[in-house]
Amino acid sequence: MKKIVGNDRTIEIRGLVKEYTKGVPVLKGINLTIPGDGITAIIGPSGTGKSTLIRCINRLIDPTEGEIIFQGRDLAKLSGASLRAARRQIGMVFQEYNLVERLTVMENVLTGRLGYVSAFNAWLRRFPAADIAEAFALLEAVGLSNFTYQRADGLSGGQRQRVGIARAIMQRPEILLADEPTSSLDPKTSVEIMEIMANLAGSRGIPVIVNIHNVALAKRFCQRMIGMNGGQVVFDGTPAELTDAALNTIYGGENWLE
Amino acid sequence: MVAKIGSNEFCMNGLINNTNPSSRKPFQANWPLRLGGLALLIYVAWASAQLDITWARFSSGLTQAAKFFDRLFPPNFAAEKAEMIVAGLTESIQIAVVATALGIALALPIGILAARNLMPAWVAWPARALIAVCRSFHEVVVAIIFVKAVGFGAVAGVGALVVGAIGFIAKLFAEAIEEISPKQVEAVRASGAGFFSVLAYGVLPQVMSRFLGFASYQFDANLRASTMIGIVGAGGIGVSLMSAFQRFDYDFVCAILISIILLVVVAEVISGFARSLFSGNLARLNYFRRGQFDHQTSHQSLAKNDASINVNAAS
Repeated sequence: MKKIVGNDRTIEIRGLVKEYTKGVPVLKGINLTIPGDGITAIIGPSGTGKSTLIRCINRLIDPTEGEIIFQGRDLAKLSGASLRAARRQIGMVFQEYNLVERLTVMENVLTGRLGYVSAFNAWLRRFPAADIAEAFALLEAVGLSNFTYQRADGLSGGQRQRVGIARAIMQRPEILLADEPTSSLDPKTSVEIMEIMANLAGSRGIPVIVNIHNVALAKRFCQRMIGMNGGQVVFDGTPAELTDAALNTIYGGENWLE
Repeated sequence: MVAKIGSNEFCMNGLINNTNPSSRKPFQANWPLRLGGLALLIYVAWASAQLDITWARFSSGLTQAAKFFDRLFPPNFAAEKAEMIVAGLTESIQIAVVATALGIALALPIGILAARNLMPAWVAWPARALIAVCRSFHEVVVAIIFVKAVGFGAVAGVGALVVGAIGFIAKLFAEAIEEISPKQVEAVRASGAGFFSVLAYGVLPQVMSRFLGFASYQFDANLRASTMIGIVGAGGIGVSLMSAFQRFDYDFVCAILISIILLVVVAEVISGFARSLFSGNLARLNYFRRGQFDHQTSHQSLAKNDASINVNAAS
């Protein structure tokens, strides 16, 4: 296993609190260092704040309190242009793919470059030649080069998620967030999607943070496991350290383990 | 209960019905609705009496109507009349086209400004107020105001129809935007895109086909309205229609009415065809260019999509 070293892509989360309703925190003061390489899994029961945590990083959700330090900036404090500049360095893969249904596969992939292309050029669908070449290469890599001009709503779940991954990688991100990327997919496709994500991110040295429900899948692909329960981090270690006892702490009960 | 079962004919097939079938009502009486209906009936009777809507009045009108219809036919399509009709219809069409184009151009941004999920309240509410004002008057009333303001002619007509288009398209467009899927928008925002890029890639693709539907419907409506606003002097065939009425030139009136009917029918066929081209599918236009007629709807089997793609790749 790779040794975890602090580098410039490490995320430092300090005292992160999120309250959707005042006085009812979903995240209850998260303190966490997420390594700047490899794949980190966040596991835990539904409704425990995993999605909220991951969405606080790219500020699709605004945290109530706390700091998220990434490359010397506090992501929690950004707004306007500086927030957009930070977002374009953070790729995201969604549980329900979140492709723009009526755009073609190519348009969806190039959406990953919108943070870099002026709005005027984006409206006219004018992207730099290098971006277009990379988009074709990524579609090839995820096995969808035959679907370039097809509308996203005609694709299957697995195909959509591949487009979602290509779109996120297209940002040439410093870090990749994945919010339950396999939860809507069958077991075989789930493995394929995790493989594609691990390969594309790994070959580019992009660290990945993934929320995931499938513990076996997480153990197979991730070098680091973070367990959450009730809005708090209750486990932080390697897959080998994730024993049944640890799973018991994370999910509670034990009958389901058999 | 057992004794009851024997007497219940519904239990022949073995089903056990423990309750008396007549004791429960499947629907509740809606007394407010009944009383409201009765009140409406009484008011209609009273108002009819007030307005002298009686059978005697109606039948005396019928003889007048017979004379009028007798003078309508045959329609007068004599050469100089036909020329007037063509000139009037041409102006009506021009008013409708120009008004629709201007109306679309204005309704698009106003509709976006009025969408509460895109805009802060201090932008959305003034935009919604503007739309509400545009909607409050009938085109003819607006046309009268424009005729008084800018004088007789097509300019007044175009102005009146543009106001109507803003009221209709912008309102429906804003509502369409408010119904879009936030997930698709979220993904575009997550890429670091600015507002206008999010609009172009996350919002408009979701609503553009509906917008085109509204716009083509508005064109239909504008054609009809453009034949009518001439009655108050705002240009188009309506001017000829009104003056023909005033000269009791009824056979010419009939010719004009027939022409308007033909125009509206033709326009409806054309815009219906245009709508079917656009309906729910902007990208399909690309498929037409690629000759992929077999790509029907989004969720047909992927095997079929694969086949069409392969054909495309081979060509």
